[in-house]
Amino acid sequence: MTPAPAGALAISDGQLALSALLILVNVGLSVVLRLGLGRSLVVASLRMVVQLLLVGSVLEWLFRQDDALLIVLVAVAMALIAAVSAVQRTRRRFAGIYLNSLLTVLASAALVTGLAVVGLIRPQPWYDPQYLIPLLGMVLGNTLNGLTLGLDRFMEGLRSGRDRVETALALGGTRWEACQEVVRDAIRVAMIPTINSMMVMGLVSLPGMMTGQILQGAAPEAAVRYQIVILFMIASATALGVFGVVGLAYGRLTSADHQLRLDRLVTVGERGIGGAGGSFRRWWGAGRGGTSTLG
Amino acid sequence: MALPHCRALDRPLLLRAEGLKRQLGDRLLWGGLDLELAAGERLGLVAPSGAGKTLLLRALALLDPLQAGSIRLQGRPPSAWGLPCWRSMVSYLAQRPVAQGGTVETNLRAPWAFRELRGRGGWSRGRITVWLEALGRDPSFLTYDAERLSGGELQLLALLRALQFDPTVLLLDEPTASLDGSTTTALEALLIAWLGGGGRAAVFTSHDSGQIERFASRSLELVP
Repeated sequence: MTPAPAGALAISDGQLALSALLILVNVGLSVVLRLGLGRSLVVASLRMVVQLLLVGSVLEWLFRQDDALLIVLVAVAMALIAAVSAVQRTRRRFAGIYLNSLLTVLASAALVTGLAVVGLIRPQPWYDPQYLIPLLGMVLGNTLNGLTLGLDRFMEGLRSGRDRVETALALGGTRWEACQEVVRDAIRVAMIPTINSMMVMGLVSLPGMMTGQILQGAAPEAAVRYQIVILFMIASATALGVFGVVGLAYGRLTSADHQLRLDRLVTVGERGIGGAGGSFRRWWGAGRGGTSTLG
Repeated sequence: MALPHCRALDRPLLLRAEGLKRQLGDRLLWGGLDLELAAGERLGLVAPSGAGKTLLLRALALLDPLQAGSIRLQGRPPSAWGLPCWRSMVSYLAQRPVAQGGTVETNLRAPWAFRELRGRGGWSRGRITVWLEALGRDPSFLTYDAERLSGGELQLLALLRALQFDPTVLLLDEPTASLDGSTTTALEALLIAWLGGGGRAAVFTSHDSGQIERFASRSLELVP
């Protein structure tokens, strides 16, 4: 993120367009194997290009700002988008799932990014957007995957393990005793990508941010140091986020009366993959309240 | 409540449900349902498939939220017992029981680790062996791989798993559906002997009208 004057070779519009041809590999595979992903792939590619080109100019503007409130607002907006996207990819929903996701994302990202920026990197001022925004972006982008995996795995786990969970309840187990295996499994699965990527970091993969810095002429040594900090931030934010979101889902899908409340779980149609604006309001926060319904 | 009077009777009232209701969407399965269960009773639930027999048993075990009405066990509401305690005393056996990995013995021991059941005597191989013998099974049954049991053997496992906690009320959802004739007879005899232990009762469902006639001391027809 250091704007090195040296700079990398510029990529022209034509070269950009050529790189887009690479996505044809995915589309081709999808058609041959009938994965039904063609449309999503094209939409995702277009979104990626448009969002990045836009963000390029937005960032140029943002980095010139010096208003703490404005920058914090942008950060919150980023968290909001991450929270919504995390839920968008799950196969099932329950009332309040979006709010749960937002609370978790805000808490985990704010805590971890705040600690790292204020306690470790210490830019002046603390809200210097050139540090805060990209770091937060890295954290959010990765927490997002953890949340989706954790939520999805937990909801599926409760559904497929329903008989097992209810057997434990029927024998006098508490809701925690009955569900803990499912909770643990969901958190474990959600942490796997983070752990995997740390394992092979630098050997197999050069993370995007570091690649960008190096192409821009930053010394690899310095870029690596940033990357290490960022990976630790990602790992802890993902852990906190997954723990929070699965915990909240557990509270929602069981009751204080030690019942399994799968009646609160609704399966989303395949269209949920594209971005379901219609059902969005429905799952935002309706019917949130205590976890007990039986007096 | 009515309980103090009932205690004086020779058959004390164990479970009393009043005004229970169950609705699935717009469809009323049963409503205004009152139910009293005295010690030693074997109450057979009679209703066609889909009439909500299983849901009634689940409601008595409080595995689903009550839509209406109240239930008391020995005069006390669920909140006074605590739900895990309630379910260890009002024991529900699912129609298709499930077992976890490991042997039958692992499965029988597993629930003793629950906070609610710790310090209640614990695993007793002796009692289980006696019950197994009554069911015509060898003690080697305990070493079987629980995930490879037949449907009938799973039902036996589930019954033993519940019996070892001496529940007050057994809720049996088609307990012999997958069992052969002689094991069914043996299981009925075992249950009658067990209920004779005093202060215990059973509610069961069956699609075998012969079993209702043979085994039930009373029957209840579920109507909307």
